[in-house]
Amino acid sequence: MIPEIGHYALVLALLLAIVQSVFPLIGAARRDPAWMGLAAPAAHGQLLMVTVAFAALTQAYVTSDFSVLNVVQNSHSDKPMLYKISGVWGNHEGSLVLWVLMLALFGSAVAAFGSNLPPTLKARVLAVQGMIGVGFLAFMLGTSNPFIRVDPAPLNGQDLNPLLQDPGLAFHPPFLYLGYVGFSMAFSFAAAALIEGKVDPAWARWVRPWTLIAWSSLTLGIAMGSWWAYYELGWGGWWFWDPVENASFMPWLAGTALLHSAIVVEKRDALKTWTILLAIITFSLSLMGTFLVRSGILTSVHAFAVDPERGVFILALLVIATGGGFLLYAVRAPSLKIGGIFAPVSREGALVFNNLLLSTACATVFIGTLYPLFLDAVGGGKVSVGPPFYNATFVPLMVPLVAAMAVGPLLAWKRADLAGALGRMWVAILVTAVAVLWSLWVHGFKPVMAIIGIAMAAWAFMGAWVELAERVRLFRIPLAESWTRLVNLPRSAWGTALSHAGMGIAIAGMVGTSAWKTESIQVMAIGDTVSMSGYEFRLDKVEQLRIENYVSQFATMTVLKDGEIIATLNPEQRFYPVAKQGTTEAAIHTTFISDLYAVVAEPTPDGRGWTTRLYYHPLVPWIWFGSIVMVLGGMVSLADRRLRIGVPERRRAPPAAGAAGAQPAE
Amino acid sequence: MSRLLFILPLVLFVVLAGYFGVRLRQVGDTPPNILPSAMIDKPAPAFDLAPLKEGKPGLKTADLQGKGPHLVNVFASWCGPCRVEHPLLMRLAAEGVPLVGINYKDKPQDATAWLEKLGDPFSAIGVDPTGRTAIDWGVYGVPETYVVDGEGRIRYRHVGPIMPHDLEEKIMPLLRSLRG
Repeated sequence: MIPEIGHYALVLALLLAIVQSVFPLIGAARRDPAWMGLAAPAAHGQLLMVTVAFAALTQAYVTSDFSVLNVVQNSHSDKPMLYKISGVWGNHEGSLVLWVLMLALFGSAVAAFGSNLPPTLKARVLAVQGMIGVGFLAFMLGTSNPFIRVDPAPLNGQDLNPLLQDPGLAFHPPFLYLGYVGFSMAFSFAAAALIEGKVDPAWARWVRPWTLIAWSSLTLGIAMGSWWAYYELGWGGWWFWDPVENASFMPWLAGTALLHSAIVVEKRDALKTWTILLAIITFSLSLMGTFLVRSGILTSVHAFAVDPERGVFILALLVIATGGGFLLYAVRAPSLKIGGIFAPVSREGALVFNNLLLSTACATVFIGTLYPLFLDAVGGGKVSVGPPFYNATFVPLMVPLVAAMAVGPLLAWKRADLAGALGRMWVAILVTAVAVLWSLWVHGFKPVMAIIGIAMAAWAFMGAWVELAERVRLFRIPLAESWTRLVNLPRSAWGTALSHAGMGIAIAGMVGTSAWKTESIQVMAIGDTVSMSGYEFRLDKVEQLRIENYVSQFATMTVLKDGEIIATLNPEQRFYPVAKQGTTEAAIHTTFISDLYAVVAEPTPDGRGWTTRLYYHPLVPWIWFGSIVMVLGGMVSLADRRLRIGVPERRRAPPAAGAAGAQPAE
Repeated sequence: MSRLLFILPLVLFVVLAGYFGVRLRQVGDTPPNILPSAMIDKPAPAFDLAPLKEGKPGLKTADLQGKGPHLVNVFASWCGPCRVEHPLLMRLAAEGVPLVGINYKDKPQDATAWLEKLGDPFSAIGVDPTGRTAIDWGVYGVPETYVVDGEGRIRYRHVGPIMPHDLEEKIMPLLRSLRG
């Protein structure tokens, strides 16, 4: 019964989405408040219905209702409860329900919190959002219905892919989808602005919170995925330039560019057509990612479903949404008014530089991801594009980007003094020099990219704090005054500092683990000790255990340093009998500055011992620590008062003391 | 900013979408995650493998030429999926399908014991301890099964354990058409 309720709820959601798409749009054109007023209730209703559907599917999983085909294909009664729940979205159909849930959530949020939006804009934004909902709900009901029943119900399910039975990966999709789908809101705002024919600073300020939520979530989602790959796949790698990884990275790059160019629209009323285009592109990249992963067009370990029929539907969605967006852009964008002019060396100039590099980087990843497909289609054979390509193209683009990132916030609007700004950054220059010297002393000249990378990391990190220090005129005015300034800084200033500093930390982590890691592969018998990087690893025992829904080869290793026991590691090799699949569970000991990583693999055929892989990864935890700081920056920025109060109004009279008014534009 | 520049994103996108559409059509026939064999329709590589044990002939190229179509199965005792497909191979042998095996990177005593325990469906088994012959065939994992026609040309390659539907839909029809 409950799956049928869920099914029916999806149909109702589709009807509500249709209402949300059609009437407010016509109402906005006719300036009819009643028709425009349909948008908000429709959005709330859609959220309610999709939540019911999601709850129904979750209930089916939690109670292991094997009369529902989706549950049969992806679950098993022995599975731990956490993974029964995460199994809801760990498959194609269920993940679409999650997608639409996020879509409805954002729509409802704009309806609820967008009270300071002009009615016509709000109606149009919700209408476009509704159209996207129509597309995905129709797709689900048409080709990927999670509520299909199976009769007779089998006694048990086919189990969830063991690789997905993991806390990191269980929560990776929700954050990713918050990101992907969150950018649909930027898209809706862009499309609505084009329909309105007007892009102004107010628009940029309204778009910002949604873009920040999307960007922060996507950052967290990608970081979680990377962290999962690191500890689960058994080789200590954290990024493989796999097409599906790239499909998430491209919207992130475009979204970062969007966040930055929207600042120029908001503060200087410039770069409008570019920002609009970027908003359309970012969401289109999300959609394209969805298409690539689910259509069967790609060869990848990540790919969800090899189903060309579904692929055709998603392609149609992509064509309508992106094609529609670009068509709207081609027709309406030329009539948008040009904004303020600025000199090349200025904060706007730096942000344009930022956008240029990020767009080029995004295009590079795009080409690298799709080139094998293009080549295959024209009969050029099968090739794969991997890390060497990206190391040669993407990494060099990042160097000037990070260099500009630190100094950019110190530049003035309209026309800036670069030499002066750099002069004020002498602390950052000093710290960077120290970091470079230290790394040269400890690790030597090779690889060169490592030195550059450490320089970038230190520069970015220190630059962020130097900028804050500049704002409070640290050491140039009394400390108490600096403190007052600091406490009263707009939260977006803190957001900037945190995000940029986080980026620096993450870069340090990436460089450390890529350039300076140590690896040791050998056969060990019980009692053997291996020395690596100043640590000793001793294999104590290997047992066969049966736990929940898997069998484990459970090893115990002791790590010593100078004779003292540092840690006990338990690397495992698991085998899941129902799914007939094995996983490697590496054992990791982290000092939060570096990781010791141990894997005990198969026993050797001659019974001498076990193949073991030991790694020392310096600075690797900083990759995820830095990412979290970036996410924190996004969240702090979101809490900025100006985003809640709205656009500053022109003051007609001098403000009364203590009047609650908008903050002066800064 | 010329008006044409605004149309550029749309134009580029239409090209991209068109390509995706074309590619999707192609995918219907050959899923891209089945990497094709470079050896299809080429004669089987020259090889001469020693027998696994007494009383069971080894395998060489000449055995596959002029003696009707064969299924060549690459297997090993240490390979899990080989075990999964084994009952199917036993059934095929019982039905009279000409099945020969290549024992890949294995120890003869392990392979012999494995076949003794599970049953031996092969009319001939060649031992390839280094995997060199397998490389010539284009093997990159076990199990793999090749359909070789009466003239010794490779006609089809199946990667992974043979599942019943692969047998019904691809392998048996091909074998039947090769038999004439």
